Amino acid sequence: MTSVPDTDAAGRVLSADGTPLKQSLNRALRRQKLRALALIAPLLIFVLVSFVAPILDMLFRSVENQLISDNLPQTVVILEDWDPNSGELPSEAVFEAFAGDLQIAISKKVHTRIGSRLNYEKPGISSLFRKAGRQVKKWDIPNDGPYKEKFADLNKGFADIEVWRTIKTYSGAYTNGYFLNSIDMQKGADGAEARPENEQIYITLFIRTLIMSLAITSLCILLGYPVAWILANLPSRTANLLMILVLLPFWTSLLVRTSAWKVMLQDQGVVNEVLVWIGLVADDSRLALINNQTGTIIAMTHILLPFMILPLYSVMQTISPTYLRAAKSLGATDWTAFWRVYFPQSIPGIGAGSILVFILSIGYYITPELVGGTKGVFISNRIAFHILSSLNWGLAAALGTILLVVVMALYWAYDKIVGIDNVKLG
Amino acid sequence: MVALTPISRKPMSFVVPTVAAAGAVAGIFVGAAQGSSLLGLLVGAALLAVIAVIVMQDILPERMMKWIVTAGFAIAGFILAGLPALIIGALFGWFFGWFAYWLFEGRYRGKVAPYLTSGQVLWHFTFRVICGAIFVFLITPILVVMPLSFNAQDFFTFTQEMLRFDPAGYSLKHYRDFLTNPEWTNAVANSLRIAPVATLLSVSLGTLAAIGLSQSHVPGRRAIMAILISPMIVPLIISATGMYFFYAKIGIIGTYWGVVLAHTVLGIPFVIITVTATLVGFDNSLTRAAANMGAGPVKTFFKIQMPLILPGVISGGLFAFITSFDEVVVVIFIGSAKLQTLPWQMFTGLREQISPTILAAATILVGISIILLTIVEMLRRRSERLRGMSPA
Repeated sequence: MTSVPDTDAAGRVLSADGTPLKQSLNRALRRQKLRALALIAPLLIFVLVSFVAPILDMLFRSVENQLISDNLPQTVVILEDWDPNSGELPSEAVFEAFAGDLQIAISKKVHTRIGSRLNYEKPGISSLFRKAGRQVKKWDIPNDGPYKEKFADLNKGFADIEVWRTIKTYSGAYTNGYFLNSIDMQKGADGAEARPENEQIYITLFIRTLIMSLAITSLCILLGYPVAWILANLPSRTANLLMILVLLPFWTSLLVRTSAWKVMLQDQGVVNEVLVWIGLVADDSRLALINNQTGTIIAMTHILLPFMILPLYSVMQTISPTYLRAAKSLGATDWTAFWRVYFPQSIPGIGAGSILVFILSIGYYITPELVGGTKGVFISNRIAFHILSSLNWGLAAALGTILLVVVMALYWAYDKIVGIDNVKLG
Repeated sequence: MVALTPISRKPMSFVVPTVAAAGAVAGIFVGAAQGSSLLGLLVGAALLAVIAVIVMQDILPERMMKWIVTAGFAIAGFILAGLPALIIGALFGWFFGWFAYWLFEGRYRGKVAPYLTSGQVLWHFTFRVICGAIFVFLITPILVVMPLSFNAQDFFTFTQEMLRFDPAGYSLKHYRDFLTNPEWTNAVANSLRIAPVATLLSVSLGTLAAIGLSQSHVPGRRAIMAILISPMIVPLIISATGMYFFYAKIGIIGTYWGVVLAHTVLGIPFVIITVTATLVGFDNSLTRAAANMGAGPVKTFFKIQMPLILPGVISGGLFAFITSFDEVVVVIFIGSAKLQTLPWQMFTGLREQISPTILAAATILVGISIILLTIVEMLRRRSERLRGMSPA
């Protein structure tokens, strides 16, 4: 061995190459950290770009409203000074600016988009813009005035104060209008106000989503608890065999299970046929099991049940059966022993399973869409409707944001209670 | 676990009423199907009481007695309602034969602890029946689609021919349609074009990241983990909405790579979870030993670490594959008609043109999931064995 001094003049411990040990250790640690981060970085960047960025984009969409201020720039500025509560139409200057803006918008072919954007807030504006599009492009601006009369002649909708109020209200680059919409409110003359009773749908839908998710979660606890118990308490050979009955549905395609329920629950379906055959139900009064809430709840309970059984099972496996025997030998009845000794120990499993099932069910789309009819659909079906059919993307984004906040709060709770590292599959 | 209890024959006052009660319950249903529940109840109770009494006389050997009861019920079923009822009758007969002897010989006591009261024994078996019913609930929907997929008619229900086991009631035509109709074959081809690529991407990126995450000093480990797991937690409809906006913006909406990218992200949490779980038991001194003997990091990874965590990687990959293969919401949003996948085709099929070809597709998919389940289960056991976590 060569004689490298163990300590330097200041008494610090040195490593083999002569640098202070502390420094050398720090360097090694730093290198290790960097290497770990380098391994994680590609995936993290990938997820950030292809998943987190889209979500952030959606959050942004829920307040973004630049279409109008970008395409009617002069109108928006002059409209600032107009007071909708004065009871008078905006001044001629506004109409002239509007004609100019509209002409440019028409040449860029965005006037129909502005129309349909405003139509979400006040029905009828879409056709107003479409009709104006055909005429206004022929006008000679600014020599054709006065435009107030020209617009009024074109369509009396332009002489409606409410139309201008709507344009003014939504002229900002950002708006809370979509969020107000998604909680059944609207921007009225004096700020936010509730929508008329017959137009309120979203609050009902949110409440229904919550109640049905709760019902599904409770049913899953009710059905999952005995199964998890018996799996945890049977000899492992039998338990493994029975486990297949839980894992097979878990691994089977969601579409397969949904189609199976569609087959089972329809009027002429297996369940009704059997009930009629054994005489529990008369042939002419078959149970309506599909295209309503019952259908959604039955099918989704079945689909999500494995997500309840698996966490419950893994918790119950760790509960020693000797505790129960001890309780009984100390004089507890079966029920007391279960309720006071076993059940409290299984609560972490119930918690983990319930949050998981609740999170999954609250955002479900496919199954409610196929077996829920109109009464059994969730808020996610409404989001899909706005994206794919009505094209009111801002509203879809706002509804999605609200749903996301709820789910994230639950995710956070799940992380606190169970820890995301402890999620187990299969 | 439980001490065996010596068994003894039970008195007639217990066996006959119990068996008769079971007969009465079954009789209600048979009676209802025939028109009168009350009559069924009485006949069922009386019939089973007689059988119980004969059983208890112990004149015939047990096996022969059970055969006689089974055959008797099968014939009765056939006379009442034809061929399907023959099978149900035989099942009933087999059950009652077994039930009568089970009670009479006191066999039900054999596997429960000797100190239990009769109430507790009753609860023990009631509980098992309840659990059995829940297992039936879990598995029935999957079993029901299988025979229906062989339906010769375009119906979603069992036809009279099928119930009579008439060969004319069955056919393979839905399978033929599934295998020849371009709508379905294209859908399968698309699924097979997308899923493996997405799986490969998520497995390679996910495994690297899981190895990085499992090292001891990772700053912000919890936050990173939360981000990487989030695609599994965020509702699909929200992911789909976000991707719909964002992918349109960057111009990959409706393209093959757009869908692959989306499916890769959705599969990543599963890879991370399974691989990190495998790495929990990984002995890091093995990699140090390899490095000590002069192997570079790459060689260490492929020669030492990879073989040991392979089971976790493969089952993560299978999860990722099934996620992509089964995914429908995102693909509806960001896909295009040319990229219609199998689940999408099933979804539109279920919503619009209800055709039993869906059931043929479903049966094939159930077969695939059984295969996947078997592989994952074998891998899990192998992995536990490798890490010395289970004795066998």
